[in-house]
Amino acid sequence: MTITVLFFAQAREHSGHARVTLELPEGSRVADALAVLERDHPALASLRPHLAVAVDQRLVRTDAPLAHGVELALLPPVSGG
Amino acid sequence: MAELTRDPIPVERLIAGSARPDCGAIALFLGTTRDHHEGRRVTGLSYEAYEPMALAALDALERETVARFDVAACHIVHRLGKVPLAEPSVAVAVTAAHRGPAFDACRWAMDELKRTVPIWKKESYAEGGEGWVEGTPLK
Repeated sequence: MTITVLFFAQAREHSGHARVTLELPEGSRVADALAVLERDHPALASLRPHLAVAVDQRLVRTDAPLAHGVELALLPPVSGG
Repeated sequence: MAELTRDPIPVERLIAGSARPDCGAIALFLGTTRDHHEGRRVTGLSYEAYEPMALAALDALERETVARFDVAACHIVHRLGKVPLAEPSVAVAVTAAHRGPAFDACRWAMDELKRTVPIWKKESYAEGGEGWVEGTPLK
């Protein structure tokens, strides 16, 4: 399957990307995508403890399944206002 | 409907849009950009958002505010991009029959915004460099 990954704030700066597409085996879960991303961009690992993830704009746990075409967003702790 | 804007927040328009003949109160909170943070001099701030998700979260927050409190309406505008010092970065306007619920709801909505909406703030420092403001993990 192919998914789109969006990086925000520190995740964007740590990875050097705002957006990438990722090829993953069928049946992959969010945790599998994060493992690939951390392998490609080791600096992301430091964000992991407080990173939230959304699939198609919905917050999910890392055991959530992925499907072809979804948008996975990496969301560091928020600081609006 | 909530709004994200890269232009100055139209505060007068927000107030005019919040006024209702059956209400006696509008509580308006403006968050403005500040020139210091934890002992460092700040020269400017900039905001980024996961825009579609942030807009949906702000819309949901407006609805939740009206559902939780005895208020008639809630309107939220958040600015994105560079915001010069002392300008509003966020506005929350709550319209109600009476001021008590308007104040309570306005404060609650602002507190919720800071911990539930995917928006990030970066500071530029007088001594050079910049940094993301430590935030709250989304749950």
